[in-house]
Amino acid sequence: MEQVIQLEKVNKWFDDFHVLKDIDLTVTKGQKIVVCGPSGSGKSTMIRCINRLEAHQKGQIVVHGTELTNDLKNIDMIRKNVGMVFQQFNLFPHLSVIDNITLAPIWVKKLPKKEADNIAMTYLEKVKIPEQAQKYPGQLSGGQQQRVAIARSLAMNPDIMLFDEPTSALDPEMIKEVLDVMIQLAEEGMTMLVVTHEMGFAKTVADQMIFMDEGRIVEQASPDEFFNNPKSDRTKLFLSQILNH
Amino acid sequence: MTPNTSPYLSPNKMLNWSKKNLFSSWVNTIMTVIALIFLYEVGTFFLNWAIFKADFINNFRGETITDRTFCSKNIEVGQHGACWAIIFVRFHQFMYGFYPVEEAWRVNLVYAFLPFALIGVLFDKLPLRRVFLYFTFAFPFIAYFMLYGGPGLSVVATNKWGGLLVTLFLGVTGIALAFPLSILLALGRRSNMPIVKSICVVFIEFIRGVPLITLLFTANVMLPLFLPEGVKPDNLLRALVAVTLFQSAYMAEAIRGGLQAIPKGQIEAAQSLGLNYWQTTRKIILPQALKIAIPPIVNTCIGLFKDTSLVLIIGLFDLLGIGRAALSDITWTKLYYEVYVFVSLIFFIFCFGMSRYSLYLEKKLKTDNS
Ligand SMILES: Nc1ncnc2c1ncn2[C@@H]1O[C@H](COP(=O)(O)OP(=O)(O)OP(=O)(O)O)[C@@H](O)[C@H]1O
Ligand SMILES: [Mg+2]
Repeated sequence: MEQVIQLEKVNKWFDDFHVLKDIDLTVTKGQKIVVCGPSGSGKSTMIRCINRLEAHQKGQIVVHGTELTNDLKNIDMIRKNVGMVFQQFNLFPHLSVIDNITLAPIWVKKLPKKEADNIAMTYLEKVKIPEQAQKYPGQLSGGQQQRVAIARSLAMNPDIMLFDEPTSALDPEMIKEVLDVMIQLAEEGMTMLVVTHEMGFAKTVADQMIFMDEGRIVEQASPDEFFNNPKSDRTKLFLSQILNH
Repeated sequence: MTPNTSPYLSPNKMLNWSKKNLFSSWVNTIMTVIALIFLYEVGTFFLNWAIFKADFINNFRGETITDRTFCSKNIEVGQHGACWAIIFVRFHQFMYGFYPVEEAWRVNLVYAFLPFALIGVLFDKLPLRRVFLYFTFAFPFIAYFMLYGGPGLSVVATNKWGGLLVTLFLGVTGIALAFPLSILLALGRRSNMPIVKSICVVFIEFIRGVPLITLLFTANVMLPLFLPEGVKPDNLLRALVAVTLFQSAYMAEAIRGGLQAIPKGQIEAAQSLGLNYWQTTRKIILPQALKIAIPPIVNTCIGLFKDTSLVLIIGLFDLLGIGRAALSDITWTKLYYEVYVFVSLIFFIFCFGMSRYSLYLEKKLKTDNS
């Protein structure tokens, strides 16, 4: 299988706080990996290192055969191919929904506005809110905003998608509409790295489960093994807390 | 404050409003009455002085006033109000300084077109805004040519400029030049590059730490040192440099406030989409930050507009300088009130306009979608 992301002995510090400790991770094309773990364990930091929103200090991160360094050219190239969806949506409030989506295609890919508009509408239909195209983010519900954010990422036609707790800022009744879009995306073969505590989603979609604690990957296993036969005590404790809440 | 004030004034509503706000208790009623008496006294005194008992062109005997001895109040002491003739007789100086009378139409033309150059910048929903903005960019060149002269127009050196012309020139040009500079300074102050950052911090803090007067003196003395020998910048240009630098530092701080209000997630989202620094800045950060920063920016503009009057200490005759020159003319001396009231009124009109504009924007920001 083609490897699209490789992390080797990745270490990161925030000043003298050691957030990531010897992280090893390989993601192959089309794979769906779900990352979970207690708050502060470094999940966000790890996936933010993959598109260099955070810089690591030791070890190696290779995306599509390109190593992430301070070289801005490489960073730009990798960001074009790696989409990211945030917990807080991070839509641009001063731009309409469609302008949110066409911004990067027009400015980064230099597509003509018309073509970008067509692409945007395609993805808005995919996330099932084409009728909201002219509205502003502030006029949409949280679930709609997150779906716009997903469409915005997809419009750059990335081959890897990173999700950082995409549903944890949403009201319960809106979680499903976002997860449905993500499940559909997974079925279409997208490579996905998802930080989430939605274990139902993980069971449906994941090929691999990763459990992180205190900056380390404590356990990595198939969902079947992970949920039915976890090896480490910390994973067991975490699962019992999260599944029986 | 009075949240129940309505834009529609019916007698009934006014009565209710007064009852609630002016006469709600004994203390309130007494305060209201005292305030009304005070307002009445001051108001009638001022109106009598400024209008009803004042001289405009002729005195009470019907003679045209040509110097201070003709002012009614100097003929019948204690009977008459202001003697506005000093303003009328010297009106040209107040508006244009020592600009040649036969060329004053050029300044008038620039005054007349200035609003058209500003309107596109000030109102974002204006029809044909794009056309107005093109005019805005062309205006400085047109205005420079009209005011200074060039092929086809006789040259009027800047030492002939004065009065409102100098005040507006320094105010408007200073603000217009300071704006892009202040954006760069504000961005630089938040830069990751230590050298850029420290240059911006030192510049901003230095300028904010010294009075404008000092800068004006400094520009006057220092600027020639930076220029090739033989090139002698004129006084107005030196003042403009000082005013621009001064304004840019304050504006940069106002803009920095706006920049700080933009959540980090906005930048991260833009970056994760592949936008580079300048694209992120131009498309995501500045549109949001400037919107937030407009009220404080306008505040600094009001401050600067008034501060331009300090240029009189380096020998320029702005509106206030022309006023003082008028007072030192022995044929008009001692008409302090008239001159200062008139000069204040002109400053007030411009500053009040800016202040209202800022309020309008604040209201508009609150009702906007985003
Ligand atoms: N910019 C930063 N500066 C300093 N410390 C940080 C920074 N960002 C994160 N941290 C710290 O690093 C640790 C890991 O943070 P991270 O956000 O990766 O955790 P997480 O696993 O995503 O947690 P959560 O489930 O709460 O999102 C936390 O202790 C956090 O306080
Ligand atoms: Mg997190």
